[in-house]
Amino acid sequence: MDWRDTGILLSTRKHGETSAIIEVFTPDHGRHAGVVRGGTSRKLAPSLQPGAQLDVSWRARLEDHIGAFTVEPQRSRAAHAMGDRLSLAGLNAVVGLLAFALPEREPHPDLYTRTEALLDLLGQSDIWPLGYLRWELALLEDMGFGLDLSCCAVTGATEGLEFVSPRSGRAVSAAGAGAWKERLLPLPPCMLGQGDAPDNEILQALRTTGHFLEHHLAPQLRGRPIPAARGQFLDRLARRA
Amino acid sequence: MMAKLPGLGPRSARRAVLHMIRKRALVLTPLSEVMATVAATARECLNCGNVGTADICDICNDPKRENGQMCIVEDVADLWAMERSGVFKGRYHVLGGTLSALDSIGPDELRIPRLMSRIGPEAVQEVILALNATIDGQTTAHYIADQLEGQVSVTSLAQGVPIGGELDYLDDGTITAALNARRPV
Repeated sequence: MDWRDTGILLSTRKHGETSAIIEVFTPDHGRHAGVVRGGTSRKLAPSLQPGAQLDVSWRARLEDHIGAFTVEPQRSRAAHAMGDRLSLAGLNAVVGLLAFALPEREPHPDLYTRTEALLDLLGQSDIWPLGYLRWELALLEDMGFGLDLSCCAVTGATEGLEFVSPRSGRAVSAAGAGAWKERLLPLPPCMLGQGDAPDNEILQALRTTGHFLEHHLAPQLRGRPIPAARGQFLDRLARRA
Repeated sequence: MMAKLPGLGPRSARRAVLHMIRKRALVLTPLSEVMATVAATARECLNCGNVGTADICDICNDPKRENGQMCIVEDVADLWAMERSGVFKGRYHVLGGTLSALDSIGPDELRIPRLMSRIGPEAVQEVILALNATIDGQTTAHYIADQLEGQVSVTSLAQGVPIGGELDYLDDGTITAALNARRPV
């Protein structure tokens, strides 16, 4: 069994004295793990930082074996992220959530394309938080918990949408919310692609998406906790807001 | 047993053991005595996490090293590397790892609370973050810098071209870091 693909490095773990077990997110093979011989060497280790773009070749005797990767670094994103606290926290949140949410060896080509585009924006801290919010919405969509923000679930109106139902993930207008509005999640304009998307609005939107990650996605993944890196990114964004 | 040591495989372990047996008086006996002493006395410094033979290590006990500087390193091997250079004359604090969201390693799993408690009593004026230039290392550095904000001056080691390094052989991340940290000549 063998294949070749491009991929984003999600994590590296030391394996023995000289090897590493890496996890990459590829467009055609999804989240995939494998051993990299010599992965902890001085030559290769600097390239095996989370977020790095790699050209990977995977080979194993049987398909369900962990197999071995041969990696060719294409570009590193760590250097752009390390100098900026928000970018570093964002990078950790993205790789943490991917490792948390993606099933192994299941392709998600659309999410891959969005992830690559988001990571290429690292360092542009003025637009990155909005990009991250859109990416998180795409992640929920790909995992089967997409939000339907097209019209009000109660009245069918397409204007005046201000809330999201925490159960159905559908938008609710102010008129449709009525006495239930205290129990609904906020739907800031930036979630609908409207307005200037200031940081405090993005934070509000991320708390809404966080609800679906925590209460809808996580229970499907045996109740594993949401990666702490996401909370650290939100804290960092709140400091800036 | 020797083959389980880092850097040794079954063949090299066999060669080492045969060498020790052949040179019993010269190598094996002194080595076993030293190993027994180390096993009986080696312990972690209660103050900084360094390895020593007493509860408080030699560096923490040395009044000459109380110069207001404290260097934060990931593990003891990094401390030894810094000591080999002979440039740093202050004290150390060994974290015992780095923060890692994927491995669920938080501040309480490291010696970060102990670090915070040392700053005031030891009159630290500058904290030097000598952590690895990895994502986890820099995440830890930013976390510590946040915790110490407003208390002391926090600096970190520079990143860039190593001494004797050739640009052609450097990865693009190192070249980016070096270019960002350029300085007037």
